[in-house]
Amino acid sequence: MMWARHKMDNEVNNRTCEVIKDGRFKVTKWKEIQVGDVIRLRKNDFIPADILLLSSSEPNSLCYVETAELDGETNLKFKMALETTHQYLQKENSLATFDGFVECEEPNNRLDKFTGTLFWRNTSFSLDADKILLRGCVIRNTDFCHGLVIFAGADTKIMRNSGKTRFKRTKIDYLMNYMVYTIFVLLSLISAGLAIGHAYWEAQVGNYSWYLYDGEDSSPSYRGFLNFWGYIIVLNTMVPISLYVSVEVIRLGQSYFINWDLQMYYFEKDTPAKARTTTLNEQLGQIHYIFSDKTGTLTQNIMTFKKCCINGKIYGDHRDASQHNHSKIEQVDFSWNTYADGKLAFYDHYLIEQIQSGKEPEVRQFFFLLAICHTVMVDRIDGQLNYQAASPDEGALVSAARDFGFAFLARTQNTITISEMGTERTYTVLAILDFNSDRKRMSIIVRTPEGSIRLYCKGADTVIYERLHRMNPTKQETQDALDVFANETLRTLCLCYKEIEENEFEEWNKKFMAASVASTNRDEALDKVYEEIEKDLILLGATAIEDKLQDGVPETISKLAKADIKIWVLTGDKKETAENIGFACELLTEETTICYGEDINALLNTRIENQRNKGGVYAKLVPQVQEPFFPPGGNRALIITGSWLNEILLEKKTKTSKILKLKFPRTEEERRMRTQSKRRLEAKKEQRQKNFVDLACECSAVICCRVTPKQKAMVVDLVKRYKKAITLAIGDGANDVNMIKTAHIGVGISGQEGMQAVMSSDYSFAQFRYLQRLLLVHGRWSYIRMCKFLRYFFYKNFAFTLVHFWYSFFNGYSAQTAYEDWFITLYNVLYSSLPVLLMGLLDQDVSDKLSLRFPGLYVVGQRDLLFNYKRFFVSLLHGVLTSMILFFIPLGAYLQTVGQDGEAPSDYQSFAVTIASALVITVNFQIGLDTSYWTFVNAFSIFGSIALYFGIMFDLHSAGIHVLFPAAFKFTGTASNALRQPYIWLTIILTVAVCLLPVVAIRFLSMTIWPSESDKIQKHRKRLKAEEQWKRRPYVFRRGMSSRRSAYAFSHQRGYADLISTGRSIRKKRSPLDAIIADGTAEYRRTVES
Amino acid sequence: MTWSATARGAHQPDNTAFTQQRLPAWQPLLSASITLPLFFCAGLAFIGLGLGLYYSSNAIKELGYDYTGNPGTGDCSLCGVADQDRAPPPSCRCAWNFSLPELFQGPVYLYYELTKFYQNNRRYGVSRDDAQLSGLQSALRHPVNECFPYQFSAKGVPIAPCGAIANSLFNDTFTLWHQRLPGGPYVEVPLDRTGIAWWTDYHIKFHNPPLVNGSLALAFKGTTRPPNWPVPVYQLSPDPNNTGFINQDFVVWMRTAALPWFRKLYARIRQGNYSAGLPRGNYRVNITYNYPVRAFDGHKRIILSNISWMGGKNPFLGIAYLVVGSLCILTGFVMLVVYIRYQDQNDEAEDQE
Repeated sequence: MMWARHKMDNEVNNRTCEVIKDGRFKVTKWKEIQVGDVIRLRKNDFIPADILLLSSSEPNSLCYVETAELDGETNLKFKMALETTHQYLQKENSLATFDGFVECEEPNNRLDKFTGTLFWRNTSFSLDADKILLRGCVIRNTDFCHGLVIFAGADTKIMRNSGKTRFKRTKIDYLMNYMVYTIFVLLSLISAGLAIGHAYWEAQVGNYSWYLYDGEDSSPSYRGFLNFWGYIIVLNTMVPISLYVSVEVIRLGQSYFINWDLQMYYFEKDTPAKARTTTLNEQLGQIHYIFSDKTGTLTQNIMTFKKCCINGKIYGDHRDASQHNHSKIEQVDFSWNTYADGKLAFYDHYLIEQIQSGKEPEVRQFFFLLAICHTVMVDRIDGQLNYQAASPDEGALVSAARDFGFAFLARTQNTITISEMGTERTYTVLAILDFNSDRKRMSIIVRTPEGSIRLYCKGADTVIYERLHRMNPTKQETQDALDVFANETLRTLCLCYKEIEENEFEEWNKKFMAASVASTNRDEALDKVYEEIEKDLILLGATAIEDKLQDGVPETISKLAKADIKIWVLTGDKKETAENIGFACELLTEETTICYGEDINALLNTRIENQRNKGGVYAKLVPQVQEPFFPPGGNRALIITGSWLNEILLEKKTKTSKILKLKFPRTEEERRMRTQSKRRLEAKKEQRQKNFVDLACECSAVICCRVTPKQKAMVVDLVKRYKKAITLAIGDGANDVNMIKTAHIGVGISGQEGMQAVMSSDYSFAQFRYLQRLLLVHGRWSYIRMCKFLRYFFYKNFAFTLVHFWYSFFNGYSAQTAYEDWFITLYNVLYSSLPVLLMGLLDQDVSDKLSLRFPGLYVVGQRDLLFNYKRFFVSLLHGVLTSMILFFIPLGAYLQTVGQDGEAPSDYQSFAVTIASALVITVNFQIGLDTSYWTFVNAFSIFGSIALYFGIMFDLHSAGIHVLFPAAFKFTGTASNALRQPYIWLTIILTVAVCLLPVVAIRFLSMTIWPSESDKIQKHRKRLKAEEQWKRRPYVFRRGMSSRRSAYAFSHQRGYADLISTGRSIRKKRSPLDAIIADGTAEYRRTVES
Repeated sequence: MTWSATARGAHQPDNTAFTQQRLPAWQPLLSASITLPLFFCAGLAFIGLGLGLYYSSNAIKELGYDYTGNPGTGDCSLCGVADQDRAPPPSCRCAWNFSLPELFQGPVYLYYELTKFYQNNRRYGVSRDDAQLSGLQSALRHPVNECFPYQFSAKGVPIAPCGAIANSLFNDTFTLWHQRLPGGPYVEVPLDRTGIAWWTDYHIKFHNPPLVNGSLALAFKGTTRPPNWPVPVYQLSPDPNNTGFINQDFVVWMRTAALPWFRKLYARIRQGNYSAGLPRGNYRVNITYNYPVRAFDGHKRIILSNISWMGGKNPFLGIAYLVVGSLCILTGFVMLVVYIRYQDQNDEAEDQE
C-alpha cells in the first residue's frame, strides 16, 4: 500500500517543467522547483506550484486556467498579469534578469484570496488572486506563460487544503485489538486462578507426594507464582498472535481480487480498479454514508445539446425527416455543413429538414440567436474553429448552433461574424448585457447589416417569462416543453428577441452610457438600465442541454440507496446545477421534499432553544431524548451551500472579535471567565454541529454546493464524529483530496488527467458505477470473509488451548500440556491454518450477481451483525465448550481403560494423541461447516490438513526419527499403538460428533426459524438463477406533473463580456480597432476599472 | 461486458475463473433433506455402537482388591502402618484371598492400580532422559538437567536411569497361588511378566547401553542406582532380555499415565493350565508390600481382569454413545417438527410477497 503511494509520489515528483537557470530555461523536475524560480508552462500543463503570472503568449498576458481539480467548476477562468510584467518580461533574457521582490501573506488554504505586493523598479504593485496561478490547475488555451514561484510544495494552497494524511484502520481492527486485550486479561485471570490452584494443591497434595521431590524446598505459594508464568506460556496460544499476520494476508488477497476484477476494468481508458490501501477491505462492506463529488465523478463534465423547442414544437426525438418516430435511427449527418465539428449526436432528421427548407423562419432565427448571443471567444487553429467558453453550457450551445449551420466565426470588440447557412455576415454589437446570478439572463443588442437593431436574449425561464410580450402564441407550448425537458433532467434556457426602434435605442443608450460611468453602485445602475430594454420580448423557444452523467450513475445510486447507504453530494458547483444533477441521477425524485438551508434554520434554532431550556447547565447529565426533526415518513432531501454551512456551524467569523477584546486577562477571575466562555462556546458549537448532523442524516439525500475542499472534509468529519458511521468519499479532483483523506475510505476516480485524488485515495477505479461492485460485492464479501475468519480463529484457538485448562484440574495445576510439544508448534501453522485462510480468501455466500441484485444483503455489515462483542463471546464460548468436549469425552474413555491387547493405553501420550486427533478433525470439519463456497482448493485444504496431521504425527512418532533424535521426539510409537485401537477411534468419532452435531442442529434451527436475508436467497438460489436477468422498472413518464424547473445553463460568474468589450482578449493583428477606442462604453469601463 | 477477446488493454486483468472469483464450487446448504436424515442415521448408528460397547464392557469380568492397608482393612493394614514413615520401608508381606465360583474367562491380566498418584505432573513427567534410556553412552554418563535431583548421586556419580520417574519405580511384587481343591495345596499360577510393554517401547524406545565384554554390569559401570532402588538397574531381573533399561516392569512404569489414577499391567496369565482362564477354586495373591502411598493418601489395588475387542472394562463410552444417539434422534424429531411448522409459514410469507 505504501509502495503504491510511494510510486505515485515519485511519478509526480519527477514530472517536468521549464525553469530559468543560469539565464536559460531548462527542463527541471517538479521536486526541484523552489520559491523564487521563474518557470515556463505550456498549454495543458499542470501547474506545479502557486505562481505569480508574469507574462503569457496571449494579449495583455491573459492566461486561461481550468480549476476543476480545485473547486469542481468546469468553466475556464482567466488570470491576467500586471501591466509592467506583461510589458517587460516576455523574453527569456529579461525573465532571467528579473529581480522583483514579492511580499505576501503566509501560506494558507484560502483558494480565492491572495494579498501581496511586488516591488520592482522602485515601484510597488499590489497583487491579488487574479494574478496567481494555483497548483493543481491546468493551463488551457494559452500557448505558454511565465510565472514566479510564490509557494511550492506543502505551502501551496491545494496542499494546505488537502489535510493530514492519516493512517487508516478499520473498525474491525479496533475491535480486534480490544478483543485481543480481552483475551490477554482472560489469559492472566485463568493463569492466576490456576496458579492459586497449584499453590493450594502443593500445600494439600504435592508436599506429601514423596515421588515429586525436586530437591528444592520452595513454599507452595512460590511454586504457585512460578506456575503462573508457566501457564502464561502454556496458554499463550489463546492470544492469536498469528491472527494479525493472517488478517493481513487475507486483506492482501482480497485487494488482489479487486485489482483483478474485470468488471471494474474500464476498457476505454485501459484502467483496472486498484486497491491502493490493502488494509481496509472489510470496511467496504460497512459503509453507511457516501460523500461524492459531482464534476467528473457523477458527471462526465460534457455538455451536449440534446433537445430544443422552437415555436412551440419539440425537436430532438428519434425521428426521420417526415416526423415519424423510430426507435432506431441513424445519427444526423452534418456533412453538408463545412463548419460542423461532427461531435454532436443528434437523431431528429426533421429538424435538419426544417433548417434546410427554411419553411419556419423561427427555426433559423433560433440557431442564429444561439450563434450571436453569447460571450464565447473563438480561436482558429489550423483552420479549425476553437471555442473558449466561460461555461461549458454556453460552449455546447454555440457549438450546436455551428453544427446546425450557424457558425460563430469571429468576434472583434464590436462586431460578430457569423456564417449563416454558408453566407458570412458581420453584425455590429451595440451592447452586451452580461449575465450575473441575479439577472439569470444575458442579452446582446446588434445592428444587422441591413441596419435594423435587434435585442437577443437568453436566460432562465422564470426571468424570461416575466419579461415576455403579452402576445406570445407559443407561451403555453413552450412551457409544456420546458416541463418535459425538466422531467428528463435537461438544463433549459429560454430564447427570445425583440426589434428595437432606432430612436428607442438612442434614448436607452444614453442612459446606458451614464450608468456605465456611474462611480457608485454601478452594477445596480446598470441592472436597472438593462431591465428597461429587456421587456416585451418575443419568445423563440427553449434549449435543453444534458450535463452528461457517467454511465450507470442512476442505477448505481438507486442500488446503493437500497443497500441503506446514504449519499451526499458535495460540490463546488452552484446550487442549481447541483440540484439538477441530483434529479438526473435520481438522488432526488418527484416525491422528494426538498429542504433548503434557509428552511431548516428555524428547525435548528428551535431545537437549540429546547435543549437550552430543558438541560440548562446540566444538559450533559440529562439523557437526551432525540425526537426526529421531521415527522416520520416521506422522502426528504437537503440542499445547502457552503456559506450557510459556515454560518450554522459557527465556523470562524462569529464571536472571534469578542474574544479578541479580552486579549490580556489581568486577574485570575478574568482568565477563568475567559476559559469558561470559551468552553461554553465550544459546547454550543458542538451542540449545533450535532443537531445539524442529526437533521441531515434524517434526510435520504444531502447536496452541499459551493463548498470548499476544506468544508467537504469538514462535512465528512462531522458525520464521522457524530454518527459513528463508516464513511466513504469518492472524487476525482484535487479539491476532493482532503475529504478522501478524511473519510474512512477514500475512492479516487482514475483515468483522468489529474492524479491528486487517486494518489491520496485508498481505492481507485475509472467509473462511478464500479462503486456498487466495490461495495456490494467486494466489500460485502470481504466483510463476511473477515468476520467468519475472525470468529473461526478465536474459536479454533480457544478450542485448542483450553484443553490445557481442563487438564490442569487433573494434573495438580502443574502446567502440564495436553498435547505433544510438536503438535502445539504445528497446530496453528500447518494443521488448521490453510482452510481458514482459503475461506477468508474465497468464500462467498451468494454470488456476485445476486449480491448486486439484492442490495438489502449489504446491511449486515453496516449493522456490524457478523462480528461484534456478542459474536466474539459466542465464538469464545463455542471454543470453550468444544475444548470441554474434547477433553472430557476422552477423559471418560480413559478412566480405567486398558488396551485391546491388555497393555495400558491410558498413558499420557496416547491421551494426548487422542485429544489432538479429535481436535484436528473437529476444527477442520468445523471450517467445512463454515465454508459456504467449496472449491476444490477448500476441499483439498481441509482434507489435506487432516491428512497432513496424521502423516506428520506418524513420522514424528516413527522409529527412524527416534534413532536420529532420541531426546527431541519423545512420543515414539504412540500414534501407531494408540490409533491401532478401535476403542480410541470410537472415542475420537464420538468427540467429533458431539462437537459438531449441536452446531449443525443450531444452524439448521436458526436458519429455519429466523432465516437471514442471505439464507433465503441461498435457499432459492436455483430458482433465482433460472429467472431472467433482472429487468429495471420501466421508466414512467409523468408529463405535466413536474413542479421543478431545472437550472439554466450559465456559469455562476460573470461571463467574458467585460473582456470582450474592453478588447483585452482580442489579438491585435485581428482587431485593428483595438487601438482606436471607438466605443465609448469600452473606454469608460476601462478607465473606471483601472 | 465491455472487453473483447481480441483487443486487450495493457493493464487488463486476466479473465480466469480464479481472478474473477468464479471457481467452480459446491455450495452446500444445511437443508432439511440433508440435516434430518443425518441426525436420524447418526442417532441410530450411535445407539447401535453404544449397545455394542455397553454389552462388551459389561461382559468383561473384573476382580480387584485394595491392599493399601488403611487401618482395619484387612491383612495389609500392618504393612500400611509401616508405610507411614517413608524412605525405603522394610519389606512387608501380606496376601489377598479370593475364590472363583466359576471359570474366569481368559486371557486374564493382572494389573496394579494407583490412585492419587500424579504421574502426569509436569515436573515429574519431564524428569527423565530419553537419550539415556535409548542406550546412548554419552547420555548414560551425563544425564540431562531435567533429572535433577536424581541426576547425580551425592558423590557426583551419574544415576542410571536418572530422574524422578525412574526413582519412583513401583516395586511391590505379586505371586498368584491357586488351591484347586478345598483344603488342598496352593499351586503357583505362572505369571508371564515379559509381554507387558508396548512392542515399540521394548524394541525401539528403550535400549541397554552396548555390553562391555558381554556384561551389562560393566556397561553400567560408572553409574549408580537411583536412591530409592534396592538394586542397580542391571539386576532388575536375572533374565538378560528383561533387565537393564529394557526390564518390562520398568518400561511399563516409564510410560507415564494420563490421569492421577491409573492401572498398569503387571502380568499376563496365559501359560499352562491357565491359558483358558482361571479355573474355579480358591486363590491367594501374595503381596510384597514395598511401595509407600499412604503419605499422600493414595491407594493401591490389585486387579484381575479379562478384556474384549474394545479393551478393558469401561462403561463410559457405551453409555455416552447411547445418550448421544438418543439425543440425536430427539433433536431430529424436534427439527422435523420445527421444520414442518416454519416451512408452512415461510411458504405463506412468500405467497404474500
